[in-house]
Amino acid sequence: MTIRVGESAEAPPFQKAALPLLEDPQLRKNVRHATDVIQRKRGLVVAEQTDWQELRNAASAIKAHTLRHLDHYLVQFERACTAGGGQVHWAADADEANRIIAGLVKQYGGNEVIKIKTMTSDETGLNEALERDGIRAHETDLAELIIQLGRDRPSHIVVPALHKNRSQVREIFRERMHLPELGDQPEDLTAAARHYLREKFLNVKIGVCGANFLVAETGSVCIVESEGNGRMCLTLPDVLISLAGIEKVIPLFQDLEVFLQLLPRSATGERMNPYNSLWTGVHPGDGPKHFHVVLLDNGRTGILADAEARQTLQCIRCAACLNACPVYRQTGGHAYGSSYSGPIGAIVTPQLLNMRQGQTLPYASSLCGACYEVCPVRINIPEVLIHLRGRVVREQKSTLDPEALAMKAAAAIFTSRTRFEAAQRLGRLGQAPMVSKGWMRNLPGMLGNWTRVRDLRALPPQTFREWWKAREKAAGKGSHA
Amino acid sequence: MRISLFITCYNDTLFPATGQAVVRLLERLGHSIDFPLEQTCCGQMHYNTGYQQEAMPLMRRFVRIFREAEAVCIPSSSCMAMIRDHYPKMAAEQSDPGLRSEVEELLPRVYELSELLVNRLGVEDVGAWFPHRVTYHASCHSQRSLHLGDLPLRLLRKVRGIDLVDLPNIDRCCGFGGTFAVKMGDVSAAMLAEKMRDVENTAAEVVTAVDNSCLMHIFGGLHRARAGVRVAHLAEVLASTQDDGAQEAGA
Amino acid sequence: MPETREEILARIRSALRDAGDREVAAERAAIARGYIRSGHLGPEARLHLFMDRLRDYDAHVVETSADSLPRTIAALLAEHNQKKVIAAAGLPEGLLPGELSFIPEKQADIQDLNDCDGIVTICTSAIAATGTIVLTHGPGEGRRRLTLLPDRHLCVVRAEQVVETVPEAIERLGGLATHPLTFISGPSATADIEMTRIRGVHGPRFLEVVLVR
Ligand code: SF4
Repeated sequence: MTIRVGESAEAPPFQKAALPLLEDPQLRKNVRHATDVIQRKRGLVVAEQTDWQELRNAASAIKAHTLRHLDHYLVQFERACTAGGGQVHWAADADEANRIIAGLVKQYGGNEVIKIKTMTSDETGLNEALERDGIRAHETDLAELIIQLGRDRPSHIVVPALHKNRSQVREIFRERMHLPELGDQPEDLTAAARHYLREKFLNVKIGVCGANFLVAETGSVCIVESEGNGRMCLTLPDVLISLAGIEKVIPLFQDLEVFLQLLPRSATGERMNPYNSLWTGVHPGDGPKHFHVVLLDNGRTGILADAEARQTLQCIRCAACLNACPVYRQTGGHAYGSSYSGPIGAIVTPQLLNMRQGQTLPYASSLCGACYEVCPVRINIPEVLIHLRGRVVREQKSTLDPEALAMKAAAAIFTSRTRFEAAQRLGRLGQAPMVSKGWMRNLPGMLGNWTRVRDLRALPPQTFREWWKAREKAAGKGSHA
Repeated sequence: MRISLFITCYNDTLFPATGQAVVRLLERLGHSIDFPLEQTCCGQMHYNTGYQQEAMPLMRRFVRIFREAEAVCIPSSSCMAMIRDHYPKMAAEQSDPGLRSEVEELLPRVYELSELLVNRLGVEDVGAWFPHRVTYHASCHSQRSLHLGDLPLRLLRKVRGIDLVDLPNIDRCCGFGGTFAVKMGDVSAAMLAEKMRDVENTAAEVVTAVDNSCLMHIFGGLHRARAGVRVAHLAEVLASTQDDGAQEAGA
Repeated sequence: MPETREEILARIRSALRDAGDREVAAERAAIARGYIRSGHLGPEARLHLFMDRLRDYDAHVVETSADSLPRTIAALLAEHNQKKVIAAAGLPEGLLPGELSFIPEKQADIQDLNDCDGIVTICTSAIAATGTIVLTHGPGEGRRRLTLLPDRHLCVVRAEQVVETVPEAIERLGGLATHPLTFISGPSATADIEMTRIRGVHGPRFLEVVLVR
């Protein structure tokens, strides 16, 4: 089995990948603007929902329950979807999912598909795989279209092209749609996309989508979207193929009342997004004649097996954690080298890859907790990050790694008062050559990362405990150990 | 009341003035201080960097030293959060029911400084005098782990002579994050740059917080930039009085 | 592959060895649902909220009575000079203005849908808190594509169909859960370019709601 998450295999470490992005003022401005706008809107509609915390608690409980009984609910979904005329396939990894979908497209005699934005297909690299099989995939979500035509990578899980501004989008459309006169107002650009895609909607016979929710009880699939491109792809083609991670299942139709309140407010700051579609298998006389669901594992069962990190699979991909994250705010999504960026990307990517790649991602966080605070399904991301750091240390780091050695040494110092006090004195002596006027401005090694932009106060001549001991002595009490 | 001080390893070594201020402040309020010299470190750095096993003996050490304390005061929001958020889980992972119940019994008596003052001792006006323009930086742990809310601000508002200004984007991290600041130095620097802009926009002379680790980070940047802004732990602001004259906090 | 199915299910079961108690139904019933289920507004306030929320998301709303419904529809169509209008199959008798002619949905092919000036439908239910209309695509609501390709969608909502909260709407839909369902909240929109909200990317650019009370 080969597990892949987008282009993660070739991704450089986070701190390296972040550098060119940090040096791109336009990108940083675009990211700041977009995340600020969504956050402000989210804040308003969340404040309006007086039972927000109760909804979060219910959502978290429903998801945790579902994961504890995932086999049960997947089988139930399969049965109900099949009864409704759908066909369910199972894919162990990205390649198997891509193979199944390419096979279906060929079976129905197609050589092109229209697609609704699905991060899961970015994860499996579906478009490239279809291309290799001679099948063209047309992205129909405006942002995904910008990414596809610009030969770019998504940088956000809800607004994948948020790192591009209007004039950058205009350049892409001008060139790739052959529209030399195109204006740069968002209206112009949107109209160009409407026109460009309408013909595809009316003619392409096979649609590919993801899934926001799979309802086990009814076998229904739910897609939440804004533009209507989703509804086009879901209803106009003869064949519809949905690629969904196995964690997308929810038990009851009634559970939608929780998620349909949380997801739009968290994702786009709307009370409800313009369109939610649900369907169950095939509906004679209305929509596709053939419906297939591909249930994807690709590392998810590995996450399920880690009880402390299992909550990662509760994610409904709303991206609220990205918008709230101060690290994402500086770098945008490309630094994460994966289909999934931001805090959720930092925990889900290395786990999907069984901790063998993406090992710097759990460290791409200051543990500030903003992600946990906004997460509509209450994933304690900082806790999972810390847990994954532990797995990196235990499973991946050599015991001779300089950091591991330093940490071991520090632990030995902290477990003894004598050693601790000796270390305090030694530190004061050792720093002497580097101190100037009470400050250090140029430290060697890892600490050089600190002094590149910050000064560091030198250790003071007296520690607190030395002061305390002197004071006690003066008061005639002597030190008590 | 007899209050046991857990000063934390980095305050002990790097910021003795903060500890001295805590002692001065609590004694002024009529309490006596106990400082067990066996104390070292809560284990936060190890735990958060992934060396959870190494943090385990440090937790046991903390519990052993403080289990008899009437109240423990910690002038560091991140160490307090480490203890409150992670010790129960760490203890639960050990097959040692005694340890688990010791942690459970001890935790309600462990306070971050502003919690101790407002919630336990019931004071907001500590009789301080600090005639400076001050802005308060809310550390991430103080907001999102300890949920201190406006406790520190309630204390600051009662300080005589203070000119307290709101820090814009107060809920945003300064980019310290422990080993994050060196492991991801460039991203951390970008976060710091934004925080410094916010600080400079307040025209404050002094930045205060309940955590010297954020202050060390923010001050490190401000000092390099020759911004002419200094930092002082909340304890230092609250400890200073008219009698201190020139030798007030954070100098 | 059937082997893959067994393999994945086996992996799940082995991953969940620690999960203990496997009583699905009882565990599910115990999930705390402390959120608000039913609204607290009176009928008048509820309808006002509905109209406010629709307008907030760029929908156009008019109120009318059952008697003047056909006249209201005629006036709305005239206002935007809509001539080629498709009527959803199975609309209630007497809903449409008799003096105008409509293209029956059954005779409209995809090109007609693409070229027409607008369409008229009813709905199954509506949600005040979110400004949403819910179609279950039964009689009078059209097949799904009907409300998608044309540029204008005129939807008739009866006052008693409007509930206040999302949970109330989901409860009402219970029996229709396996129908195709479409929740519509305002006209099609995107904010993909610089977070500027633009109407009508692919779906109807104009949503007109006629509230009958
Ligand atoms: S982790 Fe939570 S906040 Fe982040 S995308 Fe997933 S559901 Fe949304």
